[in-house]
Amino acid sequence: MSVIPSAPDPFARDRGGPAQPLLSVSGLYKHFPVRKAGGKKQVVRAVDGVDFDVLKGETLGIVGESGCGKSTTAKLLMGLIERDSGSLLYDGQAVGERVMPWRSYRRQVQMVFQDSYASLNPRMTVEQSIAFGPKVNGVSGREAVERARALLARVGLEPKRFAGRYPHEISGGQRQRVNIARSLALEPRLVLLDEAVSALDKSVEAQVLNLLLDLKAEFGLTYIFISHDLNVVRFISDRVMVMYLGRVSEIGPSDTVLDAPAHPYTEALLASMPSLDPDNRTQAALLQGDPPNPIDPPSGCRFHPRCTLAEPICSEKEPPLDTVGPLHRVSCLARQPGSGHSAAPARALAA
Amino acid sequence: MTAPITAASMALDGGVLSAGDTAPEAAFVPSRGFWGHVGHRLVRDPVAMGAGALILLVVLIAILAPWITPMDPYKGSMLRRLKHVGDATYWLGSDELGRDMISRLMLGARLSLFIGVTPVLIAFVIGSAIGILAGYVGGWLNTILMRTIDVFFAFPSVLLAIALSGALGAGIFNSIVSLTCVFVPQIARVAESVTTGIRKRDYIDAAKLSGASPLTIMRVQVLGNVVGPIFVYATSLISVSMILASGLSFLGLGVRPPEPEWGLMLNTLRTAIYANPVVAALPGVCIFIVSIAFNLFSDGLRAAMEIRQ
Repeated sequence: MSVIPSAPDPFARDRGGPAQPLLSVSGLYKHFPVRKAGGKKQVVRAVDGVDFDVLKGETLGIVGESGCGKSTTAKLLMGLIERDSGSLLYDGQAVGERVMPWRSYRRQVQMVFQDSYASLNPRMTVEQSIAFGPKVNGVSGREAVERARALLARVGLEPKRFAGRYPHEISGGQRQRVNIARSLALEPRLVLLDEAVSALDKSVEAQVLNLLLDLKAEFGLTYIFISHDLNVVRFISDRVMVMYLGRVSEIGPSDTVLDAPAHPYTEALLASMPSLDPDNRTQAALLQGDPPNPIDPPSGCRFHPRCTLAEPICSEKEPPLDTVGPLHRVSCLARQPGSGHSAAPARALAA
Repeated sequence: MTAPITAASMALDGGVLSAGDTAPEAAFVPSRGFWGHVGHRLVRDPVAMGAGALILLVVLIAILAPWITPMDPYKGSMLRRLKHVGDATYWLGSDELGRDMISRLMLGARLSLFIGVTPVLIAFVIGSAIGILAGYVGGWLNTILMRTIDVFFAFPSVLLAIALSGALGAGIFNSIVSLTCVFVPQIARVAESVTTGIRKRDYIDAAKLSGASPLTIMRVQVLGNVVGPIFVYATSLISVSMILASGLSFLGLGVRPPEPEWGLMLNTLRTAIYANPVVAALPGVCIFIVSIAFNLFSDGLRAAMEIRQ
């Protein structure tokens, strides 16, 4: 008897076929109002026009500095905060409309949070936390508990020993396994992992990453994996999206983006990774200072004040997200032929 | 694809359960849970246990009073008025109508405890509901509820209790109603601030993502986390409530004679304060001791609940 019924067949609930993106995000905006001392109303442009697709069965990594809008994007995708504008298409159906209300969307899309402790109710046992979701969705109490135990076993926690524990009684890695089990309790197709392994130490992180890969294969999941750790993203992702100040600066296959980046920001991010080779140490930081204030972002290309390729045109013209290679899109004038940037044509040919 | 998982199949390959962060442990230790830990720590607090024992004793006396009073608490004697403490017949003296003080104090514990504890209990339920609702929903509902409650805070609680009791008229029921009205805003304020503190936690977000309704989230996810601090605050209000209730009776707004109630007894014995000050002070001593006991117990409870979250 299977306790997790429909999970093993990922295509049972598929509508549009494998070529249709599982989630298609377009024109996503979220501005948070802030009031300055002067009394003038201003906004933080946390997410400022983001478009991307999540393909069926892939892992899409999202990287960027702190404050680039990664987590806001995650919350917008989950509907935890309301978007200002933009649309979400889930397997071809508009989320929030009558065909796909938030309630049924959320049954298919779940999230794992960064803070393994804050995301578990301290007054509930591990088992109760996992069984809560199925219970409120009409699964009988006994069946929900049974499902929770099976999931605990599946994420590597012996149910007999862990089911009755409280969050403060188990380790960080174990808690994150519980969170993963909970996210799977509603049999989702898409799981959003928001810095899900960032707070774990390296050995535990590796185990949890392997667990995530196993679960993905077993349940036919699709992942959106948000992280600031490029090594982890390279390990787990099929495609990578780089965000900067609420915009997408580059998106493409992991190998292309992380080995031959086209955007100077991605280059700088990669160069800032510490190297294990003593002869290959970075001496000077490529990225100077903090990202600009998202209340008052730079004109034109938002990266131009920190960019080594910046030219006058960069502060005037906003670079569109253009295709430069197979599945590879970049928003940088220096990579786009005919953009007016002096480096554009030659570089475009080289790429 | 892989075979479906069941608890049974997992038990077979239990050895494959990834090692490492699932640290090996000798045996399964049943978890005590939060309240188990609190109880465990409370039992080891001598002051709280002493206060708790005293409260229990007073409650027992109150319940058993009609059967254990040494004399009839209503039967007076004009010849034996205002006997001193230590009298051979009247161990704690007699009151201005010659009634046995110890019997009246024992029977008086019933009403004093009843009108001291009941308003706090009712206010605990109503105030928690209002506070959790305001704290969890937030926005305009929070503004409306909390500003309304702020109106009650404009008056000192003694004045508010007297005003409400005066408006409703004397009597036990009315004094309970007016005291409840005094405590609801105070408890709601605490409940609101505790709830606001946990509203933004990730586990509440996770519960929203599972599709639970706000009411279910409040009941299952919020209540368990806020009920402790609210309860501690409520127990600390019992002493205030007892004093206010006695005050109302003293002013003639609560219990009516000849029913024994500590506040009312203070009032009627007031005329004898020069003739026999010790006996006149006895009901006050009772109020004082029981209030202190409730306060100490509530302090102990708060300390016991300060466990790493």
